[in-house]
Amino acid sequence: MDSLARLGATVTDAVAGIGRALAMLLGAIIGKPTPRKSWPLFVQQMYVVGVLSLIIIVVSGLFIGMVLGLQGYTILVDYGAEQSLGPMVALSLLRELGPVVTALLFAGRAGSALTAEIGLMKATEQLSSLEMMAVDPLRRVVAPRFWAGFVSMPLLALIFSAVGIYGGYLVGSGWLGVDEGAFWSVMQSAVDWRDDLMNGIIKSLVFAFVVTWIALYKGYRCEPTSAGISKATTSTVVTASLAILGLDFILTALMFGG
Amino acid sequence: MESRKSHIFVGLFVVVGVLALLFIALRAASGSTVTAGETYTLYAKFDNIGSLKVRSPVKVGGVVVGRVTEISLAGEYYEPLVEMEISKDYDKFSETSSLSVLTAGLLGEQYLGLQPGFIDDTVGTLEDGDTISDTKSALVLEQLIGQFLFSQGEN
Repeated sequence: MDSLARLGATVTDAVAGIGRALAMLLGAIIGKPTPRKSWPLFVQQMYVVGVLSLIIIVVSGLFIGMVLGLQGYTILVDYGAEQSLGPMVALSLLRELGPVVTALLFAGRAGSALTAEIGLMKATEQLSSLEMMAVDPLRRVVAPRFWAGFVSMPLLALIFSAVGIYGGYLVGSGWLGVDEGAFWSVMQSAVDWRDDLMNGIIKSLVFAFVVTWIALYKGYRCEPTSAGISKATTSTVVTASLAILGLDFILTALMFGG
Repeated sequence: MESRKSHIFVGLFVVVGVLALLFIALRAASGSTVTAGETYTLYAKFDNIGSLKVRSPVKVGGVVVGRVTEISLAGEYYEPLVEMEISKDYDKFSETSSLSVLTAGLLGEQYLGLQPGFIDDTVGTLEDGDTISDTKSALVLEQLIGQFLFSQGEN
C-alpha cells in the first residue's frame, strides 16, 4: 500500500511540477508589454546569455566542422565520392549537429548560470524583496532571461553551422585537396533552403524554448540553500540535455522521417 | 557606460548571426531552383521507374528544366505514372520528345532525361497536362543479368 502511495505521489508531483513550470512561464511572458522598461533588461541578458557564449560556440563549431571534413573524407574517398564531402558536412551540421550541439553547449554554459543566478536570488531573498516593492519578479527577472535565451540560441546555432561548414571547407579543400568548386556547387545542389536550413532553425527554436524554460524553472523553484542551488544547477544540465536529445529524435522523425 | 558597451556587443552578435544565416543561405543552400517560377505539368507512363523519386530533376542535355512532383500507379494495368513540373521558360518541346530514366554516375541518383523531338508543321508542342508517350524505362540490374544469361544460353 505504501509503495502504491509513493507511486501516486511521484506522479502527482510530476504533474504539479509541469503545471507550476507552465504557470511560471505564462506569468513571465503574458502581460502588458512595457518596452521602455524591459528592453534594457533584455539587452543586458542578451549580452550575458548570447554574446558571452560566442567563444565556446565558434571554437567548437570550427573543430566539429574540421573533424567532419576529415572523417567524411576518409570514408568517402573509398567510394571515389570525395566530391560529396561538401553536402555531407553541410547537411550534418545544418540538420543535426548545429542545433543539437549548440543546445547542449548552451545548456551547460548559459542554462546552468541562469539557474544558479536565480536560485541565489531566491536564497538571498532578493525575489521576495522585489515582491515587497510591488515588482513582479517573473516580469522583472524571469521574462528578460527567457526572451534572451529564446532569441540568442538560434543565432548561436546559425553561427555554429556557418563556422563548421567553413571548418570543413578548410580541411577538405585546403588540406585534403577536394576541388573547391565541386565542394561548394555539390553542396548547393544538395542543401535545400526550406528542407534543411528552415528545419534546422525550427529545431533550434524548440531547443531554445525548452532549455531556457527548464533552466529558469529549476532556478525559480530551487530549495533556497547552497545545497539546493547546486542540486538545481546539476538538474538543469541533466534534464535539459536529456530533453534536447529526446526532442531531437522526435523532431527529426517528424521532419525527415516521412 | 557599461550598458552602452553591452548594447554594442549585442548588436554585433545579432549582425554576426544574420551574416551566418546569409552565408549559409547564399553559399551552402539553394532554393527550389528551376521550379521556383511558373511551371506547367506533364505526364509520362513508364514500365519501370527504377529508384526515381519525387523531386528528382528532369534534365535536357544535363540542364535542369523541371522536377518530378508525383509518382503513382495508373490505368487498368497499373503502370507507373510520373507527374512532373517543367519551367514555363521551356515550353516549346515538341510532341515527339522522348523521356528516359537515367542514372547520374555509377552509383548516383536517378533522374529523367528529356530528349527534345523534331519540330515540323505536322507536330505540335507539349502543352500543360499532356502525356509524353515515348518513354524508356530504367535499367534494372537483375533484368540485365537475366537477359545476358539468357542470350549466353542460346549460343
